[in-house]
Amino acid sequence: MASVTQPEIAPGTVRTVPSLLSIHEVAKSFGPTPVLRNISLDIAEGEFLTVLGESGSGKTTLLRIIGGFESADSGQILMGGERLDPLPPYRRRVNTVFQHYALFPHLTVEENVGYGLRVAKLPKEEIIARVQQALAMVKMTAYAGSKPSKISGGQQQRVALARALVNRPRLLLLDEPLSALDANLRRQMQVELKSLQREVGISFVFVTHDQDEAMVMSDRIALLRMGELEQVASPREIYSRPATAYTAQFIGHTNLLRGEVKGGIVRCHSLSWPVDLPDGPVLFSLRPENIRFAAGASGSNAVHFRARLRTRIFHGATELLQAECADGLVLSLRTASYDNRHGDLDLEFAPADAIPVRDSDDLKKRN
Amino acid sequence: MFSRAYRAAITIPPLLWVALFLLLPYALLFCYSFWSVSPAQAIVHSWTLNNYRELFRVNVYLQTLFRSMWIAARVTIFSLLLGYPLAYYLSFGAGARKDFLYQLVIIPLWVSYLVRAYAWKTILGSGGVLNTLLQYVHLTNHPLNFLLYSPFAVVLTLTHIYTPFTFLPIFASLEHIPRNLIEASHDLGASPLQTFWRVVLPLSIPGVLAGATFAFVLSLGDFLAPLLLGGPSGIMISNIVVSLFGAAYNWPLGAAISFGMLVLVIGLLFLSERLEKKWSFR
Repeated sequence: MASVTQPEIAPGTVRTVPSLLSIHEVAKSFGPTPVLRNISLDIAEGEFLTVLGESGSGKTTLLRIIGGFESADSGQILMGGERLDPLPPYRRRVNTVFQHYALFPHLTVEENVGYGLRVAKLPKEEIIARVQQALAMVKMTAYAGSKPSKISGGQQQRVALARALVNRPRLLLLDEPLSALDANLRRQMQVELKSLQREVGISFVFVTHDQDEAMVMSDRIALLRMGELEQVASPREIYSRPATAYTAQFIGHTNLLRGEVKGGIVRCHSLSWPVDLPDGPVLFSLRPENIRFAAGASGSNAVHFRARLRTRIFHGATELLQAECADGLVLSLRTASYDNRHGDLDLEFAPADAIPVRDSDDLKKRN
Repeated sequence: MFSRAYRAAITIPPLLWVALFLLLPYALLFCYSFWSVSPAQAIVHSWTLNNYRELFRVNVYLQTLFRSMWIAARVTIFSLLLGYPLAYYLSFGAGARKDFLYQLVIIPLWVSYLVRAYAWKTILGSGGVLNTLLQYVHLTNHPLNFLLYSPFAVVLTLTHIYTPFTFLPIFASLEHIPRNLIEASHDLGASPLQTFWRVVLPLSIPGVLAGATFAFVLSLGDFLAPLLLGGPSGIMISNIVVSLFGAAYNWPLGAAISFGMLVLVIGLLFLSERLEKKWSFR
């Protein structure tokens, strides 16, 4: 019988997955401190991927390795099937929008945008046409002749974006480009940036520590924690089905419930509900908005409990309440703001909303 | 805020100092430059423009001035050619050795000017280190005389002495270039050489101008190096001023030359400052 052997994917060969960028077991240490451990990640053509993480999680280092400003200790990066990591930054078809924009102070807005085209020695007419087009795209045509020091932070941000996109990179890297802007401008730029990305169809790798920003803009979020990928999924998926306790806590609010499964029933403090899990200790994430006031008529499969209202934090459209059960278990729940119940509350949640998550503490202990 | 008395107490002493020891001598010098010397070697306190006419009439003064400028120009060029790459290396390439190398550049500034000038005398003289070595390896069979007591010796010594003065402002301006600009340039496809020409050099122009001004102005007015190493062909304008105030005893003419130099130097400083402003972007 003829045996069918799967050809091994050797470095440098075209991969079968049609991904634009393929990060393969990349690791990096600064001295004795590991910054990235075995990162593997694929970025699809036209995708908006956000690398989300706290400061020190290694997200900027990962971006700098893709851009070529740092080299990985091990692993490789492929772009369109070809090795990217041995190339110097100026040979990569990757452009970066730097955190503080890094506009050239001695050049005008127009000259900044045309920089990449001029060093590539493109014909003059083409440079002029493409610079005009790029400036129009970010609505900065009126400032073409200004020096960067004469325009605002938001405008500098647009120029930095135009300067990168005018080169028609296959991949655009953005290193916390909105972090220097005030909240309103920031929200506006999030929307603009996302629609611009759809328009140009270039893959974006966007680095941020702001989970709201990640949720608003991304096709997928790669959550990085202490140099390791915690979870990679769409915003919806990562929010509703967090894989770990860390993910559940980092992205949105959550209640973590520690319990014990025995014979298909989980017991967690005085609460219990049927689950389809093997026996043993288990950790659940239960979002505050999934806890609601009991509808009165029991009989549904919801988990009912009573808890005393402790605090009430007003958030505008919603309120975050903290309620304490008789056994001392404190749960957060999100309700509409017009509700002003107090004292003992009758509460319930659906067992399906309690998501079993991996405990993240083992990671902490390792460090 | 500071009280009036306090402000007066801290500003009046330095003002007095400057007035007494700088402005007053200059004013006196300025007056001298319009007086003259009688045949009996007495100062005649009547106003005349003859000293300034003399300056343009007698060839040796202008010739020496031009030679001084030419020497200063060469010192400037060589100091830049040495100082810029050194500053560039220290700022961009030296890594952990930066502080140590910086100290090495600075240390010569702590050594007396005279010692450094004399050191060149022992190196360049006919029985000096260099000639002995050249004869030892049979590159020449007689001592080379142009090495010492020549404009060459003056340019060499002044370049040695003033290169740290050129290095320092260039180094400072290179250190001020945000490193993310270099990365941005590479990111946009510029090779290291293109990045140097298009980003690093333009942003370091203020330092280059300041360094060039230091080297030119300081060596233009130098009189020790030409005195010790210049010989007759390496005489500079300051040597003439010194002799006019000394042996020749013509203070009025000396004062006129000094004032001519002062105007020239102030003009240069003004120009260099204007250019530096034009090339700074922050």
